[in-house]
Amino acid sequence: MEYLLKTYGESDRGEGELELVVSGDWAERGDSALVSASGDNKRRNFGADLLSDLETALQAGGISKIRFDTSNLTDWDSKLIVLIIAIQQQKTQNIEIDDAGLPRGLRQLIALSRAAPARGDRGDAKPAPGILETVGQQTIGVFSRFKASSQFLGVSLQSFGRMFTGKARYQKSDVRDFIFAAGPQALPIVSIVNILLGVILAFMGAVQLKQFGAEIYVANLVALGQTREIAPMMTAIVMAGRTGAAYAAQLGTMQVNEEVDALKTFGFSPIDFLVLPRMLALAVMMPFLVLYADALGIFGGYLIGITVLDISTIEYIEQTRASIDIVDVALGVFKGSVFGILVAVTGCMHGMNSGRSASAVGDAATKAVVSGIIAIIGMTAMFSVLAAVLGI
Amino acid sequence: MSDPHIAISVRDLKMGFGDFIIQRDLNFDIKTGEIFVIMGDSGSGKSTLLRHLIGLQKPLFGKINYADMSFWDAPEAQRKALSKRFGVLYQSGALWSSMTLFENVAMPIREHTNYGEERIAALVQFKLALVGLAGFDAYYPSEISGGMKKRAGLARALALDPDILFFDEPSAGLDPISAKRLDDLILELRDSLGTTIVVVTHELASIYAIADSSIFVDADAKTQTALGPPAYLRDHPPTAKVGEFLRRGDGKNLNEGEAV
Repeated sequence: MEYLLKTYGESDRGEGELELVVSGDWAERGDSALVSASGDNKRRNFGADLLSDLETALQAGGISKIRFDTSNLTDWDSKLIVLIIAIQQQKTQNIEIDDAGLPRGLRQLIALSRAAPARGDRGDAKPAPGILETVGQQTIGVFSRFKASSQFLGVSLQSFGRMFTGKARYQKSDVRDFIFAAGPQALPIVSIVNILLGVILAFMGAVQLKQFGAEIYVANLVALGQTREIAPMMTAIVMAGRTGAAYAAQLGTMQVNEEVDALKTFGFSPIDFLVLPRMLALAVMMPFLVLYADALGIFGGYLIGITVLDISTIEYIEQTRASIDIVDVALGVFKGSVFGILVAVTGCMHGMNSGRSASAVGDAATKAVVSGIIAIIGMTAMFSVLAAVLGI
Repeated sequence: MSDPHIAISVRDLKMGFGDFIIQRDLNFDIKTGEIFVIMGDSGSGKSTLLRHLIGLQKPLFGKINYADMSFWDAPEAQRKALSKRFGVLYQSGALWSSMTLFENVAMPIREHTNYGEERIAALVQFKLALVGLAGFDAYYPSEISGGMKKRAGLARALALDPDILFFDEPSAGLDPISAKRLDDLILELRDSLGTTIVVVTHELASIYAIADSSIFVDADAKTQTALGPPAYLRDHPPTAKVGEFLRRGDGKNLNEGEAV
């Protein structure tokens, strides 16, 4: 790639004319161009020297016309076009640009790029909102989001009611599939998480209780903590990440695919048809998962009790049995089914409200998990306060 | 006051979201048994207009009347009853992905009739055969091609023998032969069943082949700029843009300066 600037006198043209001779290979298609690009400044700033030379020549003054000579140009691509456009944009200085010397294809491509008018505002004209506006919008947003969530919860629960009166239309086979996905298929992760939680609880208690020689009470701590608080909360969080996100992604994709619209036009309620089976599946399976999680958490505590704390198996089981009663277990199971409905509803809500693009579906899944976890922890705290006040 | 030959009449329709207006002052009638094409440039709100007609989006202002009934002023039960007479073919087919083709077509029939399983099965087989998908009953939507999905979507739209069929970009993404076949099928449905058909499209070949009447919605003017048979509009374009649209940009030379 070579170039030459010929001003009048050299070029045997008229006075005030500048001829730009561009010759050689200006496409650099060879592999060397791609590989050697690093460190080679000349290549990186393609044509920068041409532009600066041209500017110097123009600043010298006396030039009223630029013409091109490309007779020895062997190859070119978009890089050269962009350079020519940059030169053409120097029209401010009342310089006429004669493009007759450019290759025909190149001229046509430039014309094509100008055929459709550019949009004036380029889409970024909106000024960034100030801090006050942002805070205000967010505050209004919190209320409207809360309202929308409450409405969705209400509509979903109405659908639950319609199921009992037999008016809701949904596919029974869907319920079966969702129960399988939310129950048996979730067992491995629920198992691992809860055994380890039992282990953690036992260690945590042992350090404190050892000081008083009361290691045996580790069994109480694990059993009570696990059944009343930890098992329902952690199982629900696992399900929010696993199943709530899946629900949001499923419904979001259906939204993209217009499947939800198709349901509506055929007179089906999307809530009954899509949300109800998923809600039902989690509401049915969560109590069982919580019971299972209770057992595994206690098992995890037991493992630490007999190995690290030298408690005998009989002692540990007896102590566990004495420390919890049916109310503790029932409270945990009840919380579990409430969380189950909560996870299903948040997942479905974000899925149904999803926008119609791939990234919107991703956002819906993220929101489902985040708001699901926040709701679970908030409800856990509320339940704890209520249980303390009511003396359960 | 209502003319029995008019299936749908739209009056002063204004569409948009909140402050954002997409189209305003839309006024047109769709006659019973005609093929009516909604055309327009990209972003003009063709599909949005369709969503208004089938009751998925509420107008900001104006009326959409089906015979004597103003759709959006009617109670929900009446709206639902009316929607049963619609068949809609969505752009990508919008088949329910968790169901086989058979179940997709059967579900609306099960919902809205009390036919026995045998009769439903016979109806479903017939609709699938009508669109050339006999024998594909047990396939899931993910297992068939885009063109087949569209045809299956049409079979489902036909499930309840609708009075009015709506098509959203029927030939988008189809090869020319399949697109032609779909056009023929649309004409056949109108001729044999007397179905009123509303089509959103910008496929010129398709427009000239099937349309009895048409409306052009303009993205810049934000209202309708032409109403009438497309061939007439091509020869007597009310605006330069409509003429250019219907003649595929007039074959203008690119170097001849800025396009509109």
